[in-house]
Amino acid sequence: MGIWIMAGITFREAARKKILWTALLAGAAFLLVFGIGLRFQVGDFRNSAVPPFLRYQVISAMLMIGLYTVDLLAVVMTTLTSVDTISGEITSGTIHAIATKPLARWQILIGKWLGFVAMAGVYVALMFWGTIAEGYWIGGVMAQHPVRGSLLVFLECIVALSVTFMFGTWFSTLTSGVITLGLLGVAFLGGWLEQMSGFTEGSRLAMVGIVSSLVMPSEAIWRRAAFEMESPLAGSLQFSPFADVSIPSGAMIAYATVYLIVALAIAVFHFGERDL
Amino acid sequence: MRKVFGDKVAVRDLTLTVRRGEIFGFLGPNGAGKSTSIKMLLGLAKPTSGEAFVLGVPSGDVEVRRRIGFLPENFRFYEWLTPAELLHLHGRLCGVSEGKLSQRVPALIDLVGLTPHIDKRLQNFSKGMLQRIGLAQALVHEPEIIFLDEPTSGLDPLGRRMVRDIIRAQRERGATVFLNSHLLSEIEITCDQVVFIREGEVVTSRDMRTQQEEAVRVDVRARKLSVECVEGLARWTDSVHLDGERLSLTTPSRSRLPEILRFLVVSGAEVYQFTPQRLSLEELFISVMGEDRGF
Repeated sequence: MGIWIMAGITFREAARKKILWTALLAGAAFLLVFGIGLRFQVGDFRNSAVPPFLRYQVISAMLMIGLYTVDLLAVVMTTLTSVDTISGEITSGTIHAIATKPLARWQILIGKWLGFVAMAGVYVALMFWGTIAEGYWIGGVMAQHPVRGSLLVFLECIVALSVTFMFGTWFSTLTSGVITLGLLGVAFLGGWLEQMSGFTEGSRLAMVGIVSSLVMPSEAIWRRAAFEMESPLAGSLQFSPFADVSIPSGAMIAYATVYLIVALAIAVFHFGERDL
Repeated sequence: MRKVFGDKVAVRDLTLTVRRGEIFGFLGPNGAGKSTSIKMLLGLAKPTSGEAFVLGVPSGDVEVRRRIGFLPENFRFYEWLTPAELLHLHGRLCGVSEGKLSQRVPALIDLVGLTPHIDKRLQNFSKGMLQRIGLAQALVHEPEIIFLDEPTSGLDPLGRRMVRDIIRAQRERGATVFLNSHLLSEIEITCDQVVFIREGEVVTSRDMRTQQEEAVRVDVRARKLSVECVEGLARWTDSVHLDGERLSLTTPSRSRLPEILRFLVVSGAEVYQFTPQRLSLEELFISVMGEDRGF
């Protein structure tokens, strides 16, 4: 019961943060720009001699870029909204009134985590499916497996959330935010290096990418999501930046799942042990 | 209990007993380890060594917290909540049914004088108003023991009086109140027992119903007070101040007065006046703690 009360109040608290509304505004602006861009491109194609096959691939590539933007926005928004929920409440003393209630520490932390999971879920659902809808209604294209893709983007957000929680039980808000965003940056770079290694067949470059993905698997999850959503033809023709040149395996998704569970378990353990 | 942070000893060796149903004052200078001690009693911090029992159960036990209320110093909570929403939330966390809360919450808001502000959000509350609603959340589940950490620090005299009345009402209800406050005058007229701690150790304790019989200040007027005589008073007194023929001293026990007077006479002083006076808690605090050491 206590967990759900905490989840509910955390969801409401998160929903009031300016960063969430900023991210939603940025998302709305993105959807607007994306829709206008798609409409212009579709209009341009009507007056051109570009073959339908190529038109479809271009619009599909635009859709993938749009979904990648949604992925980045969702992960950064999840990190920034949740970064002060543990460390900030410890610093301000807000946690004292909660942690002296008949709730185990793990219930407080998991309740908060569930609140942010729900918020990330709502954000991903709105943004991801908004983009998919625009791609379909304006551009006439559909991602290959959009449900799998949206679940993987959601998983990526939860990985970032769990890592943020883990550092939040140790460090100040600023420090844990910098560390988490730094790790996301490493994963971003590593993911693209690994993708590049697929084009260049550079094994050492691939190793850098793999190690980066093991340190922080967020970008690897996106690349798997891209593989699931991109049409097999576009992927195999290496037409888009998300072509199937270096596809994270199912084992990497399993690793990411274990990774988030371990991060959350460490957060629960350390929050339970530390002084408040 | 003992608590060490790195190489800093926050609480050296705290041993104390609080009787059920009493108002217990917890006093000490800044940095004495009061807040850390309260955190250990509430399970917010773990002792480095030692243990504490609250209501007969090891401190930190989750279930016993249903019977504990706590007002932190500088109470803060999600500022978008109204007073009623905050009390409902804390009541639900303590397992109080919605039926009871619907009766208890308006009564508590009225008790702490916030009925005119019932529709405001906490972000519009002053520090004193936050203290009031914080006190209400500490009482919402009718706890058996209530820890109050500086409950009157942001309140005006009327607010302080309200808190005093509430604390007494809680004692009438049978609850125990553990009160940490710097306002010694408040402690003096509220508490049944007081403990003075310094550097994480109990220096002394006083039963407030009898302390005025124990600790006294004596104003003496006498001639022929020699230096040896004044220095010799250190055997019975905590502090001695000589100004011409006027001598002021404090002693922890009224029972020492005959010996002090005898010593003065035997030392050759001509005593014209020897007036014991009841020691205020502030004087007692200063006599026990010594001079301000800049904590």
